Amino acid sequence: MASSAATPTHAGAASHSSEQSGLWSWLTTVDHKKIGILYLYTALFYLLVGGLEAVLIRTQLAKPNLSLVSADFYNQLFTMHGTTMVFLVVMPLSAAFFNYLIPLQIGARDVAFPRLNAFSYWVYALGGLFITLPIFWGLAPDGGWFAYAPLSGPTYGGGYNMDFWVIGLQVLGISSLAAAFNFITTIINMRAPGMTLMRMPMFTWMSFVVQFLVILAFPVITAALFFLQFDRFFGTQFYEVAAGGDPLLWQHLFWVFGHPEVYILILPAFGLVSEVLPTHSRKPLFGYNAMAYSGIMIGFLGFGVWAHHMFAVGMGPVADSIFAVATMLIGLPTGVKIFNWIATMYGGSLRFPVAMKFAIGLIAMFTIGGISGVMHSSPPSDLQQTDTYFIVAHFHYVLYGGAMMGIFAGIYHYFPKMTGRFMSESLGNWQFWLNFIGLNLTFFPMHFSGMLGMPRRIYTYDAGQGWDLFNMMSTVGTYMLLVAGLLFAYNFFRSKKHGAPAGSDPWGAPTLEWSIPSPPPDYNFAQIPEVTSRYPMWDLKAPDRTAGIEHSHPDAAVIAEAHAVPMHEETERRTAKELGIPMPFNTIKPFLVALGIIILFSGLIVLHIGNFPLAMATMLGGGAFMVGSLYAWLTSPLE
Amino acid sequence: MSNDRAHADHVHEHPTWKQYKWVALWLFVITVVEVWAYYIPAFVASKAFVPALLLMSAVKFTIVVMFYMHLKYDHSLFRKLFTGPLLIAGATLVAFLFLFKR
Amino acid sequence: MTTATAAAGAHEAHEHTHYTTTGLDNRKIAIWAFIGSECMLFGSLISTYLVYKGRSVVGPFPHEAWTSPTGQVFKPILDIPVTSASTFVLLMSSLFMVLALAAVENKGKPGYEGTLGSSKLWLLATALAGAVFLGFQAYEFTSFVHEGLTIKTNLFGSSFFTLTGFHGTHVAVGVLWLMTLLFIDMKRGLGPKDTILVDICALYWHFVDVVWIVIFTLVYLIQ
Repeated sequence: MASSAATPTHAGAASHSSEQSGLWSWLTTVDHKKIGILYLYTALFYLLVGGLEAVLIRTQLAKPNLSLVSADFYNQLFTMHGTTMVFLVVMPLSAAFFNYLIPLQIGARDVAFPRLNAFSYWVYALGGLFITLPIFWGLAPDGGWFAYAPLSGPTYGGGYNMDFWVIGLQVLGISSLAAAFNFITTIINMRAPGMTLMRMPMFTWMSFVVQFLVILAFPVITAALFFLQFDRFFGTQFYEVAAGGDPLLWQHLFWVFGHPEVYILILPAFGLVSEVLPTHSRKPLFGYNAMAYSGIMIGFLGFGVWAHHMFAVGMGPVADSIFAVATMLIGLPTGVKIFNWIATMYGGSLRFPVAMKFAIGLIAMFTIGGISGVMHSSPPSDLQQTDTYFIVAHFHYVLYGGAMMGIFAGIYHYFPKMTGRFMSESLGNWQFWLNFIGLNLTFFPMHFSGMLGMPRRIYTYDAGQGWDLFNMMSTVGTYMLLVAGLLFAYNFFRSKKHGAPAGSDPWGAPTLEWSIPSPPPDYNFAQIPEVTSRYPMWDLKAPDRTAGIEHSHPDAAVIAEAHAVPMHEETERRTAKELGIPMPFNTIKPFLVALGIIILFSGLIVLHIGNFPLAMATMLGGGAFMVGSLYAWLTSPLE
Repeated sequence: MSNDRAHADHVHEHPTWKQYKWVALWLFVITVVEVWAYYIPAFVASKAFVPALLLMSAVKFTIVVMFYMHLKYDHSLFRKLFTGPLLIAGATLVAFLFLFKR
Repeated sequence: MTTATAAAGAHEAHEHTHYTTTGLDNRKIAIWAFIGSECMLFGSLISTYLVYKGRSVVGPFPHEAWTSPTGQVFKPILDIPVTSASTFVLLMSSLFMVLALAAVENKGKPGYEGTLGSSKLWLLATALAGAVFLGFQAYEFTSFVHEGLTIKTNLFGSSFFTLTGFHGTHVAVGVLWLMTLLFIDMKRGLGPKDTILVDICALYWHFVDVVWIVIFTLVYLIQ
């Protein structure tokens, strides 16, 4: 242990030779850890963008009849706030953890397809710019993050704004799909010997479920987006009411995607919290099997509840009843998780670092959002609440109070693994409490303004409707969240350089990722571990905690002799070359393919401008560039 | 990922040329029957037409997936990766037909 | 586009021997996950076609004749004999594909090539059958346009061209993939150790074939 507590600068020296730093190394990296870091930084940047959009929205709504922004720009703000937070912040923050943690947690040296992984990141990064930059020209998408057709179609949304949305989202979908195929294969096929499915850390389990949600939900939005693109660019009639098109088609397709998407956002945070709670309770996760199965149930039922977003359109009593019952059912596995987390802490020897505070914060805040969710799973109740601020309160409790709190817990928990240093606990405490009070001050009053009838998506309102106080409270709360966010950013960057050094296992955590140095060497495990139980590190350091869980060892005599086989903890660092581990080559080609896709799709914007030859040139050029780079990629060896 | 390893794990051998030929013949025969049925106005008008065609299509689908895509012989993991999504896609399609029924 | 990316993942060749949990090849797991995902894509496209069936306000229609307000007469537009022929070609391409796979798997076994032909022959035959299918589709599309049905005409046109066009794009990607394999086979010869390369292409190809089996029944035959 003593050697593993060496300062990270020293420890990191081996993996940071001159060829592995600098811009080019980031552009060409195929290391899942570096790609995870790229996701993390990019998503935190977009968190700032989306947060500032929220600040503008709330400033505009602070008092009645303010005119800080125009109605038109307000539309762009709330559309981009939603789109940014869902697709450019929470999903990629989850992806940062998928990338960084899954191979470490299952005892693998990388993901199944390292270059495809780099490709996913670059498609996300470039697609994110494509959809974000237009706001500086006042051309940002303005049809809501759900882009209801026909309002987003050519008849009612003929400007360029929604072009960026329909193309940008399509591109981001490619990124998520490619990553999902990669992680499904990784989790199925790259587990270390002995790492059975039911021994996987809960974060990996929840990520596994999420990847299936992605591969099943994203094709639906892909199809729906193609229809909308064809309507906008090629004159088809999918969503044209005059031609007989059904305005509900988009809504149904969107929510068949959109509801699983909600679980895509929350399940990774559930997974992170399921790692943080047992570690700081110093007690195994309560009801591991129930946790895994409830995750699967949530994923499965998630495909049968989409129309609860659409009770107000009048689907008739049969459809309403089916979707209402299915929605109430999905509350059960979610409740199972809440109770299991509480039972995990019960009787534990609790510690309260910032990560633990955020994890407990998730349990409390998500429960509030979950309960208001059950309220509008009932159609008669939903008809009162739909399209009001009550709904805004609900989904911010589950997405900010849930997903973001879980992600903050994950960042504080795993920062020492990623950098070899702790984040500051005192700054973290300030951030947590400001965040906790700020989020309740922002979103709790929205329940009231919503119940009093304040509709969503209005850019201003008249005084005297009983909404003024609640709106002012929400605005003050938002500024607290802004301060909390800036504190986090300061803490993050300061701790990277000046944080207290953390050893390989600073929290005394139970899973494989803590058995290797922090930050891990580029090959992760010098020796692929042999896993004999769910909590290998506790078998090594605190066997009394794991006495009650299942163990195995290929050698029957060993099982008979002791319940646990202490695993090997790696504290030494050597280069991959010294150890003779083949590493994949860095390559720029995935980036080039991603660039080709962006160019190809940009041609559609040129088409809308009306320059047909240039549009064709852009699309054919981008397409040829993409295919050429793809062939170059596929014909060059991986390692 | 050595191919030897992957091979060693094939519990069953892939189907033979003879089976491939029979599958092709069945595909051909069923397609002929389908198109033939299309040209019998009395049958088209009957209640049995749509179920009969759906059944024939499902048989063709199933034999291609089982024999040509080797799902009958391959690792059960592949069966799960395919049938799970297929069932969800089918259920969604049926739900759409119900929701948009006029 | 997603097809290309999945193909990219599926193709990513591991030269070295790596341990895998299941003993299966990563690429084969990825291609099956991809096919599962494609079920949802085509499920959405087919759902949309079926939901919009009979909702077009103007003709031409797939199965009924239609007279426009200007007095122009349109026949039912779907051409069953031609499509039956192209369906037959695509079904047979699946047979060629399994033979190509078998030829690669068994290359070098005594007497194998004498009875069943070479992998080059069957890869070429599969790609050609795919190209013929695309030719039929090009013929069908142009004749529809001449008969007054474009992607802009009505809901039927929009959903029909989009659904069959997506399928056609998948066939085109498959033909390109097969041609690439054929090129590799001619250049260095595909042998038993390359089985996985042909296997994942074959799975993709058969999937595109079964999608057509469904489309042929739901779009063309059921009225």
